[in-house]
Amino acid sequence: MVSTAQNKIEVQDLSIHYGAHKALGNVSLTVRTNEIFGIIGPANSGKTSFLNAVNRMDMMRPNMNVSGTVRIDGIETRSWRNVYALRRKIGVVFPLPVGLPLTVYDNVALAPRLAGTAGSKADLDELVERCLRRAALWDEVKDRLNHLGSLLSGGQQQRLTIARALSQSPEILMLDEFSIAVDPVTTMRIEDVLKELKEEITIILVTNLVQQANRLADRTAFFLNGECVEIGDTETLFSGSAKDPRTNDYIGGKFG
Amino acid sequence: MFEATSINHRNDQVQLRYKIVFGTMLVILIIPVVIIMFTLISKGSHAMSWSFLFEDPKNGMTAGGIFPAIFGTIWLVVVSLLASVPLGVAAAIYLSEYAPDNLLTRLINLATINLAGVPSIVHALFGVGAFVVFFKFGTSILAASLTLAIMTLPVVIVSSWESLQSVPRAFREACWNMGATRWQTIWHVVLPNAFTGILTGVILQVSRAAGETAPIMFTGAAMFLPFLPNSVFDQTMALALHLFVVATQVPDVPESLPFGVALVLVGIVLIMNTVAIWIRMHLRGKKKW
Repeated sequence: MVSTAQNKIEVQDLSIHYGAHKALGNVSLTVRTNEIFGIIGPANSGKTSFLNAVNRMDMMRPNMNVSGTVRIDGIETRSWRNVYALRRKIGVVFPLPVGLPLTVYDNVALAPRLAGTAGSKADLDELVERCLRRAALWDEVKDRLNHLGSLLSGGQQQRLTIARALSQSPEILMLDEFSIAVDPVTTMRIEDVLKELKEEITIILVTNLVQQANRLADRTAFFLNGECVEIGDTETLFSGSAKDPRTNDYIGGKFG
Repeated sequence: MFEATSINHRNDQVQLRYKIVFGTMLVILIIPVVIIMFTLISKGSHAMSWSFLFEDPKNGMTAGGIFPAIFGTIWLVVVSLLASVPLGVAAAIYLSEYAPDNLLTRLINLATINLAGVPSIVHALFGVGAFVVFFKFGTSILAASLTLAIMTLPVVIVSSWESLQSVPRAFREACWNMGATRWQTIWHVVLPNAFTGILTGVILQVSRAAGETAPIMFTGAAMFLPFLPNSVFDQTMALALHLFVVATQVPDVPESLPFGVALVLVGIVLIMNTVAIWIRMHLRGKKKW
């Protein structure tokens, strides 16, 4: 596999074990720059573990073992001396919104403050506003930036976490089943946001809503029981011409 | 269709029965507290006066005030907290946030919990050996406070550990994913949310340190010392020991005197607890998730 400018993330022979339990085996895939890469699959298929391996969260989990290589911009993540800089390149949004018990403003300003890139008050104000606007939340919270982020509604909190993920100016955004706790209208708003963000950053979208992948993803991978069954253009997979019958069954709603 | 069936009636009865059982337990628990407070107030309030609180003891401790003992108790509690809180919280942070989950960590946890059950007289003997003799602090406020600190340390560690653990792991994950270091995560997210819980553990230890007699008896508290200590290397009087002395060691003490001392001791602890609980409620108002 030759590294080119079009490939943002290159994963080769990635396997993840928790103790003796194998969560993911021998996955090789590439995520291209400025695409939305969808990962679909039922529960326990290793989707979240995959995300954790990409930003090296295995360091924080003593029983998580990762083998194989993950390259970002052609550089192997294991060789990054500064893992914190690596994680700042990658924004993460979790299934359930994690509104830190800080004010709305501080939630978004936390990452730049921790990284020491906050700059002046005016710069920070501007950054917070820009991130909240991009997450389609600004209009709803602009009058209560000093309220607790954890008191917002579920859908608002999820957009707050997206704004927070954007505040570190990431090159990659990983979303892990972001719509689980969000109503359909908000989900559609966030999906619109993602389509816009695609112009600037690379997005990995893990979802168990098959149609969401169909709507958003340029290419889609199907994970099943720790195995990457198939990767292909979303159109091809969803037009019923997947190579593996299990993919067709899952997308067609026969199981899962 | 919405009429109560016999099963509903039975459930209601069982409900009522358990409510009565648990309510009775509560009453049984409260009775001793009420009796103690009633006795202390009814017998000790005669002794209360401005001069009782702010003057030195007179006539071989059968008259006069107890100011040196009040002053000494506050000294002992404050110095012991200065030692046990930073140490205990730091140890709890290590155990909760840094230590790998292995046999050694579990053994240390177990040992800490067991240490909380060691009788205070054993701590007293340790204090004599370690602080009075080995570190040559002599019998002093410092030695007595450190002994109290050692005694209260396990509970400070365990309660701080529990409040750190009660902060949702998702908060840490979110922070780590932003590129925060472990320490940044602890400082900005974990500690602020664990603070009220840590404070609760500390409050409990204030009452315990103020009330203990054995650990300070041999390490720094004097029976009769009608002047105030100048530094932590002086001996001091203390309320708990003073109560023991006037109640058992001194003849011809008026009956109201020991009750008065006990009332003051309980009062000081109650005041400290009230302040801490007030701080806690104030902070809790800000904490919601």
